[in-house]
Amino acid sequence: MFGLARQLWRNGVVGINKRNADYILVHNPRKYFPLVDDKLLTKEIAEKVGISVPTLYGKIEFPHEVRSFSSIVANRADFVVKPAQGSGGDGILVVVGRMGEYFRLADGSMIDNRDMAFHLNNILAGTFSLGGQPDKVLVEYKVDFDPVFEKITFRGVPDIRIVVFLGVPVMAMVRLPTRLSRGKANLHQGAIGAGIAIPSGRTLTAVLKNSVVSEHPDTNNPVMDVEIPSWNILLDMAARSCDLTHLGYQGIDIVLDRARGPLLLELNARPGLNIQIANREGLRHRLELVAARVAELNTAADRVRFAKENFWPNPVS
Amino acid sequence: MKNRHLYILAAVLASIGVGIFLYKALWLELPLQPDGRVDNWEVQAKITFDARGGPAKLVLFIPRNEVPFTIVDQNFVSEGYGLTTASIGDNRRAMFSIRKAIGTQTLYYRFVVNRSTFIGPTEAVEEPVIVKSTLEEMRLAAAQGILNKILPESADDDTLVRLLLKRLTASVPDDNVAMLLGGSSTMLRRVRVARQILALAGIRARTVSGVQLVKANKNTQLTHWLEVYIRDAWQGYAPQTETYSVPANFLAWWRGPGPLAFVDGGMFLKTSLSVAAASAPALRTALVVSKANERSLLAYSMFTLPLNTQLVYKIILTVPLGVFFLTILRNVIGLRTMGTFMPVLIAIAFRETQVLWGVILFTVVISVGLLVRLYLENLRLLVVPRLSCVLIVVVLTMAAISVMSNQLGLQRGLSVSLFPMVILTMTVERMSIIWDERGAGEMLRQGIGSIIVAVIAYFIMVNQYTEHIALIFPELLLILLSGNLLIGRYSGFRLLDLPRFRVLAGRPS
Repeated sequence: MFGLARQLWRNGVVGINKRNADYILVHNPRKYFPLVDDKLLTKEIAEKVGISVPTLYGKIEFPHEVRSFSSIVANRADFVVKPAQGSGGDGILVVVGRMGEYFRLADGSMIDNRDMAFHLNNILAGTFSLGGQPDKVLVEYKVDFDPVFEKITFRGVPDIRIVVFLGVPVMAMVRLPTRLSRGKANLHQGAIGAGIAIPSGRTLTAVLKNSVVSEHPDTNNPVMDVEIPSWNILLDMAARSCDLTHLGYQGIDIVLDRARGPLLLELNARPGLNIQIANREGLRHRLELVAARVAELNTAADRVRFAKENFWPNPVS
Repeated sequence: MKNRHLYILAAVLASIGVGIFLYKALWLELPLQPDGRVDNWEVQAKITFDARGGPAKLVLFIPRNEVPFTIVDQNFVSEGYGLTTASIGDNRRAMFSIRKAIGTQTLYYRFVVNRSTFIGPTEAVEEPVIVKSTLEEMRLAAAQGILNKILPESADDDTLVRLLLKRLTASVPDDNVAMLLGGSSTMLRRVRVARQILALAGIRARTVSGVQLVKANKNTQLTHWLEVYIRDAWQGYAPQTETYSVPANFLAWWRGPGPLAFVDGGMFLKTSLSVAAASAPALRTALVVSKANERSLLAYSMFTLPLNTQLVYKIILTVPLGVFFLTILRNVIGLRTMGTFMPVLIAIAFRETQVLWGVILFTVVISVGLLVRLYLENLRLLVVPRLSCVLIVVVLTMAAISVMSNQLGLQRGLSVSLFPMVILTMTVERMSIIWDERGAGEMLRQGIGSIIVAVIAYFIMVNQYTEHIALIFPELLLILLSGNLLIGRYSGFRLLDLPRFRVLAGRPS
């Protein structure tokens, strides 16, 4: 057991305590959390600095506004309903089509107007928010995702997660929904995560739960060596995101839209550690390198260059 | 050093804790182990009388809290009777009244006392008035005769009382004593005679009636002894013992003359008493030897609190230990539980119900709550009213369990009342969301995990040893505090991180 711990430490694996004690608690002042915990605020500040986000169709803040939902989505065939302060993808409904009273969801099920109103009320009451405090509903553009992932995803929206430390993108992965994850891009729920080589923007092997896979479990297509389009734009978004939030250690989630390119989906003040498994590499060595050299890196462009020079994949066997 | 401030703080706190602990354990010699003599007794009085058919009134003396006894539970069974209690002088009494009583009436009075060797703060005693002797003529002369004999032999009031009791309890009484006892040699008679003689000497004394607490005594008789007002306090003298000191198992019930009960509007009053050792571990008290109370530092300790408050603190002071256990579980081992401290709260509830019953009750209440929650899902209620609905169902379920188990004669079911219903409600809500979002398997896993954690927390918190240590050495909480501080900056792997990141343990290529 201690041998295992020592080997993991040598490989630079960051555990939950280390992440919380040495990165989140040290580099993420609590007062900036609301910016990332509330997706509405994130959207607003991102738009201010010219980072693209999925268009907001409307928001619902109070129960009496639930009636206005039908006018928000009046002439839209597809859209996404999400809690502003949800976590782990809970409470998100992806509507892909409508038939009279009914909404067709991404997982193939149908719900009617009353179900929808109930769901909206649940979101407002805080069912899905951290700590259960009252929440807001966002109704926004449903991403028409880039065909690059078409063969290696099962329903849902694949997204790209980049961990950014002091403005330097340190590690990245793409999260691909599976049948097991019921269309959600959440690794806990069975989505697969494929590491991305920072310098090249090409995918590495993937992880399903805690084991390494090289093909998508539902489509059997290889997940390795897929080139992420507009990778430099993604790295630039990641490098600029920390100026936006003042959080030293954060995760940025980006989706690739067919027409609009990379869109910032959300920011995360407590990014998960599974990205290490997806990359088969520990975070610590990269984080320590950034901490040692950050003083020399003044602009977002510097930080991206630094990342591309230094973070070649070095996976364990 | 990165966390020097923290390490210094933790070290200071821990050494203060250890220091006070060692001082109390080694210097003051406070016991490290709970005193085995702690016990509870259940006393029951059964009163029967024949009613005359009209209104009836029964007055019964009832005991009050008095060192070293605490009445932890009492109840009256008197169907149809109105009941009032009142303090009159040194005594408390209960009055049962009814407008119309026909036939044989049976009333019960039951109480549980907790005996401790704890010496609490002594209450200030009011200066009693001298009760004049009511002896006349021959008997007065006899009493005066006894007094004249023992007065010169005594040095003070204490020795006088002892000499008097010696004469009164002699196997071959002298003439004066025989005259006063008048052929009756009951203890009550002797005590009353002693009181009369002392009154004659201007010494204030009173009769105490009570019971002797001995194991399973189905038909206990009242026992009587004497209290004498010496040096501003009442001193007990029991003629039953060689040294005249009142045995520790004598429970005072009431003082002064008068029978245990008297009835107005009835006849053939009969009272019978029974005493049994009650085995309610939850009521056990951690106690300390009396000599510790004299030490100055202890003037600011938990023992200066009233016994009832001590009983509460005995529970409260063990909670940090359960919480510390949870900290280790979450931050060192990496287990997740539902709600941060929920298992500890459930564990506190288990102390009333015992573990097995607690787990059954918890499971039943949560299951019913979940079913109702599932059904309410169809009705699409707003969140807060829905939570209230679940809470009501939880409360009703608890009530139903109590009533049913009472019908079945299961005592344990009655103890459900302290189950934290709000916690249960929130648990139901959390579980149903987990069910929705992550599936029934995950919900069961988390639910069972939480129960297991609660049971372990129970065994850590609720045992005589922990309670004793926590109450006597509360400074040990400082060590827990410093332990928590250290874990708060522990950045090593959690135990469950290891299997999770196992694939990363290979050699870098």
